[in-house]
Amino acid sequence: MSAPLASTKGVVSMTSTENSPHAARYPAGALAFPHRDLIGIGHLERHEILFLLDEAEQWVTLNRQATKHENLLSGMTVINAFFENSTRTLLSFEIAGKRLGADVVNMHAAQSSVKKGETLIDTAITLNAMRADAIVIRHGSSGATQLIADKVDCPVLNAGDGQHEHPTQALLDALALRHSLRERGEMAEDFTGLTIVICGDILHSRVARSNLLCLQALGATVRLCAPPALVPMGIEAMGAEVFHDFDAALAGADVAMMLRLQTERMSGQFIPSAREYHHLYGLTKKRLGKAAKTALVMHPGPMNRGVEIDSEVADMIDRSIITRQVEMGVAMRMAALDILTRRARGVNGWGEAE
Amino acid sequence: MKQQRPLTISGGRIVTREGVREGTVRLVDGRIDEICGQPHENDEVIDAGGRLVTPGLVDLGVFAVDKPAFHFGGITRAALMPDQSPPLDLPSRISYIAKSGKPDFWVHPLAAATRGINGREIAELALMREAGARGVATGRQWIADSGVMLRLLQYAAMLDMTVIAHAEDAALVGAAVATAGEVATRRGLPCAPAHAEAIAISRDIALAEMAAARIHFRQVTTKAGLDIVRGAKARGARVTCGVTPAHFMLSDLATVDFRTFARLSPPLRSEEDRHAVREAIRDGTIDVIASGHDPRGPEDKRLPFSDAEPGMAGAETLLAMTLSLVRDEVIDLVKAFELIAMAPARILGVEAGAIAAGLEADIAIIDPEKPWIIQSAKMEAAAGNTPFDGQPTQGRVSALYKGGVLIDL
Repeated sequence: MSAPLASTKGVVSMTSTENSPHAARYPAGALAFPHRDLIGIGHLERHEILFLLDEAEQWVTLNRQATKHENLLSGMTVINAFFENSTRTLLSFEIAGKRLGADVVNMHAAQSSVKKGETLIDTAITLNAMRADAIVIRHGSSGATQLIADKVDCPVLNAGDGQHEHPTQALLDALALRHSLRERGEMAEDFTGLTIVICGDILHSRVARSNLLCLQALGATVRLCAPPALVPMGIEAMGAEVFHDFDAALAGADVAMMLRLQTERMSGQFIPSAREYHHLYGLTKKRLGKAAKTALVMHPGPMNRGVEIDSEVADMIDRSIITRQVEMGVAMRMAALDILTRRARGVNGWGEAE
Repeated sequence: MKQQRPLTISGGRIVTREGVREGTVRLVDGRIDEICGQPHENDEVIDAGGRLVTPGLVDLGVFAVDKPAFHFGGITRAALMPDQSPPLDLPSRISYIAKSGKPDFWVHPLAAATRGINGREIAELALMREAGARGVATGRQWIADSGVMLRLLQYAAMLDMTVIAHAEDAALVGAAVATAGEVATRRGLPCAPAHAEAIAISRDIALAEMAAARIHFRQVTTKAGLDIVRGAKARGARVTCGVTPAHFMLSDLATVDFRTFARLSPPLRSEEDRHAVREAIRDGTIDVIASGHDPRGPEDKRLPFSDAEPGMAGAETLLAMTLSLVRDEVIDLVKAFELIAMAPARILGVEAGAIAAGLEADIAIIDPEKPWIIQSAKMEAAAGNTPFDGQPTQGRVSALYKGGVLIDL
């Protein structure tokens, strides 16, 4: 087995966990993350989530430098196959791939051959035949990413499937939250003891499901808050506390994570009006006062200012970490691309190169 | 082909309405001549070798005419749902379909209750009855307009036709593909509350009682829905109902890995509902077990769960799954054939479905213990979309007669 691509420089350029500061805390090589794909938080153990977060730290550092490029994935092709319109997530994945030196191709399948009747499986087989080294998929139907992953030979990253999961979003949220807590001197590696409120359209949100799983795995207590029709039946079985009164949900909470109303997924009327929704569930400065004194505000974007969140809350410099979430998104996706391609790159301890 | 020569089946255990008895069954000119007599001179004599001699199965509510699968499963007659392309909403289509399986398989078309199965305009039911329709069906959907449903039931009652209804409140169901609950929530599947069924059944029974019509719910799959049917039967309403093996064998746990072979209509329910279905089979609330046979190829099933078409290829597994209820002591053998032959024949008004003198000689010889493994890749059906893939089971047909003529299996 050849040594990892060793021609790199500086502290941010390690290609395996062995020389990283947290190496000793995880099993060696691929045992730290024994998955080919990243489909959902539901498939991950707590220590695997922590491993991903720790691995992302080096990319946070790199991204803050003037020159933010590595040749780690040089020669590899990453295909972003987005069957649903997306700007932010697609951009984040594209930047992540390019900063790692991969050739990144975006496929806007929402307006391509899929409309001509080609089945999803055929599209997957086509992508596979083009010998992609990683495929990032967003699709409007739950389970679609797994379906494609079963048909291709390379790692598949889920960038959101229907109302099922959006794992990189949950991971980047955790990373952003951890960074913010550390800046305040709270050095715990996870969120044990924290109470986090997720408020908004839980029913249609894959972000809510992934975050619920991820935050609980990291020790947090999660409260979900929405009007009854937007709370999926049986969500209590996933360990969440359900609230319909936002003020009660916020009482003493450490983090308020706001979700937008996914009107594009709604069949029928769930909310009488945006004004009324804001009246009941909008995060105002006054409402934020019910939460813990230093409570943080998060939002996965895109925000509807004046509906689920007031501008003055979204822009609070010491409390809102919304832009930090976006920053961490790139680092988190770089970490995911790095880890999932290690096997193909023949990184020591991660299995054979092809 | 007509039966040429009288046939006597001896040495079998005959499943009759009154019980299982040893003896012979004599078939003459395509009809059952006598039971427990002696073979006449010049009869062809077949030794059943201790196996079960049963009526051929009558499958109430299938979506495709798939002869090899039906014959494999011991099914000699099936009532075809009107959800075809084009739909069975014209007498010409009914009369064409009614002849399509003969001679070795009989298709009993069900007339579409409304034109184009649109739920609005009542179709030409009397003309379709004339053309061979054995009942009226709303298709794989609910008629949302209560006024239409009432007039349909009144009209069908006048024509003495049973209305076969689909019990899911359309507005509650919408685009749902799963039953609301923990599994659907974890998997993020569009889902509807299980009570969508009970609500639909309540309305339809109320309307049927007003119209003095006979109504049959092709599938009742929830505890709440079955309780309503049970109550209606107790007060003498002319209501019957059925189910497919999927809903007494499987619950929504079968959908956790997004397997589209478990995407059904109505969707799989909770474990509690599954047990309620078994109890309703035991206590007689459920009258019929049908296959709901709907073979679907990869173009309909190799898709994300919510984009896939509903339905399962069930004809080959109907018998074995029903016999599993006998082994589990939910029902006895006579009751099993009541559910899969006698009751459906009665609802369709055909002279078959039982072993009794004078009825059509549709006979299956069954080895009830024979073990086999259900394999999606090796099915006789037009497609292998069975949710029971890989499951070992028992009970196979070893010979099948339609109108006294042996069918090549």
